[in-house]
Amino acid sequence: MSDGTQHIGGNQRSGEFLTFTLGDEEYGVEILKVQEIRGYDTVTSIAHAPEFIKGVINLRGLIVPIVDMRIKFSLGNVEYNEFTVVIILNIADRVVGIVVDSVSDVITLDGEQIRPAPQLGAAVDTAYILGLGSLDDRMIILVDIERLMTHPDMALVDQQPLAA
Amino acid sequence: MDVSQFHAVFFEEANEHLESLESLLLSLDLAEPDAEQLNAIFRAAHSIKGGAATFGFRDVAELTHALETLLDRLRKQELQPTRPMVDALLAGGDILHSQLAAHRGQGSADPASAEAARARIEALASGDCAPAAVPVTALAGPAPLERRSVRFRGALAQEVVDNLLGELRGLGTLEVLSEPARARGKAGKRKGSWVLVLTARASADELQELMQFVIQPEELEIGRGEPVDDMAAETDQGFGFFTDAPGAPQEDPGYGFFEAPQAPTAEASGGFGFFADAPGAPSEGVVVPLQAQTKSATSLPIAPAPRVVPMSGGDSSSIRVSVEKVDQLINLVGELVITQAMLAQTSAQLDPLQCGRLSQRLAQLERNTRDLQEAVMSIRMLPIAFVFSRFPRLVHDLASKLGKQVELKTVGEGTELDKGVIEKIADPLTHLVRNSLDHGIESPEARQAAGKPEIGTITLRAFHQGGSIVIEVVDDGGGLDRRRILAKARSRGMQVSDDMSDQDVWQLIFEPGFSTAEVVSDVSGRGVGMDVVRRNIQAAGGRVELSSVTGQGTRISIRLPLTLAILDGMSIAVGTEMFILPLSFVVESMQPKAAEIHTVQGAARVIQVRGEHLTVMSLSRLLDIPSGVERLEQGIIVILEAEGGKVALSVDELVGQHQVVIKSLETNYRKVPYVSGATIMGDGRVALILDVAALVRVAYGLAEAA
Amino acid sequence: MGKTVLTVDDSASIRQMVAFTLNSAGYRVVEAVDGQDGLDKAKAGTVDLVLTDQNMPRMDGLTLIKSLRALPQYKAAPILVLTTEASDGMKQQGKAAGATGWLVKPFDPPKLLEVVKKVLG
Repeated sequence: MSDGTQHIGGNQRSGEFLTFTLGDEEYGVEILKVQEIRGYDTVTSIAHAPEFIKGVINLRGLIVPIVDMRIKFSLGNVEYNEFTVVIILNIADRVVGIVVDSVSDVITLDGEQIRPAPQLGAAVDTAYILGLGSLDDRMIILVDIERLMTHPDMALVDQQPLAA
Repeated sequence: MDVSQFHAVFFEEANEHLESLESLLLSLDLAEPDAEQLNAIFRAAHSIKGGAATFGFRDVAELTHALETLLDRLRKQELQPTRPMVDALLAGGDILHSQLAAHRGQGSADPASAEAARARIEALASGDCAPAAVPVTALAGPAPLERRSVRFRGALAQEVVDNLLGELRGLGTLEVLSEPARARGKAGKRKGSWVLVLTARASADELQELMQFVIQPEELEIGRGEPVDDMAAETDQGFGFFTDAPGAPQEDPGYGFFEAPQAPTAEASGGFGFFADAPGAPSEGVVVPLQAQTKSATSLPIAPAPRVVPMSGGDSSSIRVSVEKVDQLINLVGELVITQAMLAQTSAQLDPLQCGRLSQRLAQLERNTRDLQEAVMSIRMLPIAFVFSRFPRLVHDLASKLGKQVELKTVGEGTELDKGVIEKIADPLTHLVRNSLDHGIESPEARQAAGKPEIGTITLRAFHQGGSIVIEVVDDGGGLDRRRILAKARSRGMQVSDDMSDQDVWQLIFEPGFSTAEVVSDVSGRGVGMDVVRRNIQAAGGRVELSSVTGQGTRISIRLPLTLAILDGMSIAVGTEMFILPLSFVVESMQPKAAEIHTVQGAARVIQVRGEHLTVMSLSRLLDIPSGVERLEQGIIVILEAEGGKVALSVDELVGQHQVVIKSLETNYRKVPYVSGATIMGDGRVALILDVAALVRVAYGLAEAA
Repeated sequence: MGKTVLTVDDSASIRQMVAFTLNSAGYRVVEAVDGQDGLDKAKAGTVDLVLTDQNMPRMDGLTLIKSLRALPQYKAAPILVLTTEASDGMKQQGKAAGATGWLVKPFDPPKLLEVVKKVLG
């Protein structure tokens, strides 16, 4: 194995993951970051926000932004119906919802089942990929969801404290 | 144990004491001071000192010690209170404020000014009587420093002797010239004569009193004192013996039990003693009495019957809870209200015949929920006295600075409003009071010439009206000068005419940078104008109104919502989206006529409203949402006013007016342009609250339109 | 264990510190905000030790001690007067009023415990 194993090998990345699909691809996020899964409700849109930010919803009194991962990753059919699923995540002390095609299951992966992502060229930013998990003949892209969501490109977080 | 966990309570308490110290000082009648008032002032200083010393804030303890010394003499009527004393004590209070703030990590305290204040107060405390004592030993009282011999004999336990010698050493310098041989064993007694020489500020009687707990009077001989040169002894001693004198090293353990004559207790540490005949003294550690006839120590009851009736602990009248907890509670109740509203909406679609009982119960739930919300909201409510209480001092200081005579009246101090609103209103209100004093109230001479009483009056009044609180600042001064305001406006290039109504003229002083004072004084002309006052009040969801009669005075009314968590809103719709406009910014709304709308250079649109041309801003264009109406006149124009400017916002329709619970977008998301927050509507959907100030800025080209 | 201490002080921070210190040593603590409150609470139940401040609104410590001593159930109970006034004059007044002993403020928790243990065991 290459040097990459030091970062992602061993037990550090092993654990339970919630897997979901976007188009034909299967993704996984650490189960500990998942708060709940719910259907897609009416969203209040936010002017001048990036297209993948659908707006905000009322989650039991909390105002929670909703990101459509299908738009963000240009995958899957972007339509909203009673089968559209939102995963509510707890990341960086915030609550954020992501829209995905469907939620598959919760899987346990140990260190050996997780491989570093190969360099995929300029088209894909591997910085948000913890590794690739293999389970039987499935390949699951394990996403560093916290890193992804707090990146300036996501426009989800104020990058600087607001001037008073 | 870490005592810092009690610091927060101490700070709060010290601030309360400082506030009452200040208000009591300000209301003190110097000619006929009220004894109970003087006592209360003393207690306030005393309590701060006790806490400060306990929690190790030495600078605070030292300064309060000086205050306390002066106040003690005042309450004992040894000194007559004077204006300079009140001023020095107030100044001392200010420094204590900054010292306490510094300990809380806010700002820093200046030791030099603290020292100066202390010296000033000490000088006043030394007053007209007795030579000034050396500061550290200020509590020593009149007793001069004397050197005298002390002889005694008897059979004394080692601990008792140690205890006694410790006490004497605490008084001053003790030399042991002769002592009996040490007893064998710990519990043994030393028999024989002691010859000591004590140099201390203690009279023979005081020594007698002190030692008679341990030694029979007939076995004690206290010599005549010889005066000792103070300074020499002071340098020799180095520190005072008053354990509560701040800054003095704490050699004395600082507590003790009263010891009975003939029945000394054994306390090796010398730290505390008992009166052995005092009820409740411990039997443990009590040595066999010297005299046979003394009550046996073991017969002392330790405590009465062991029956312990459960009692309620704690301060029964109030508890301190963090604001966070209260806010969490308010949030949760807010959720409950929304859930209840959603339930009501759902049940409205049910068949009333089949579900009559359900809707009955739901109606009851609604009532309960509202009551609960009101009760929870009231936790955050504080009386306006929290703000008003700062003004007596402000008026006192300012009036003497300006050479004016002013009486401050407050009405309705008990009127309650939200803590958050109180915090936001304090500064604008301070500014208004300063303004009234500086520009409103005339000099005593001018008042006399105008046939008014020399003493001007400023009245602060608060009362509830509907869901709002109204706060008024009223002065009986010269009123606003219409001509001067108009002249000033013209010189600033503003569009004004002599035909303008008074009300419109008064509104001019709220324009940015407008100040009516001929001379910019250091009191109010600090570049903070009425525009800032109005902006701050609007930011708190309130509005300002002003009325003035030349020569008779000015009245400024501030109308505020009772709480910041709730906002009076107007809901408007554009396409399918719903937005909330804070009602405090809404001037009026209207259905425009096509003839009133004009274009400028084919693009920008203006509307003429009561002679004014206002920029029309389309919310649908600004926020890039499809509008449901094709032409402006099919929709509604809402006139908004903020930041000294007005804008005409075009929307599709007005939906209604309601109180909404304000939610932050930034908790989980980020700041959104033109939006100040969000709320949850009765159907559970989120509606954004528009940031009117930002809209006005865009209309005036002060900010870039996105 | 389970002895009840009544702390009488108009300073909430001092009361809290006393209560916390003694609670953690297994004593029950009842707080009173001034002498009158102290007297009322002492009458409402029986406490094993009274710690009272001297300078308080409504009723001062000395008056409280005298009033307590007039009650049969507190004739012999230990009463300590907490005071910043360390002068002998103050101690004598405390003694005259019927106090068992004194404890000078400022004090730290260990000192307080030491004294309370001496009295209550």
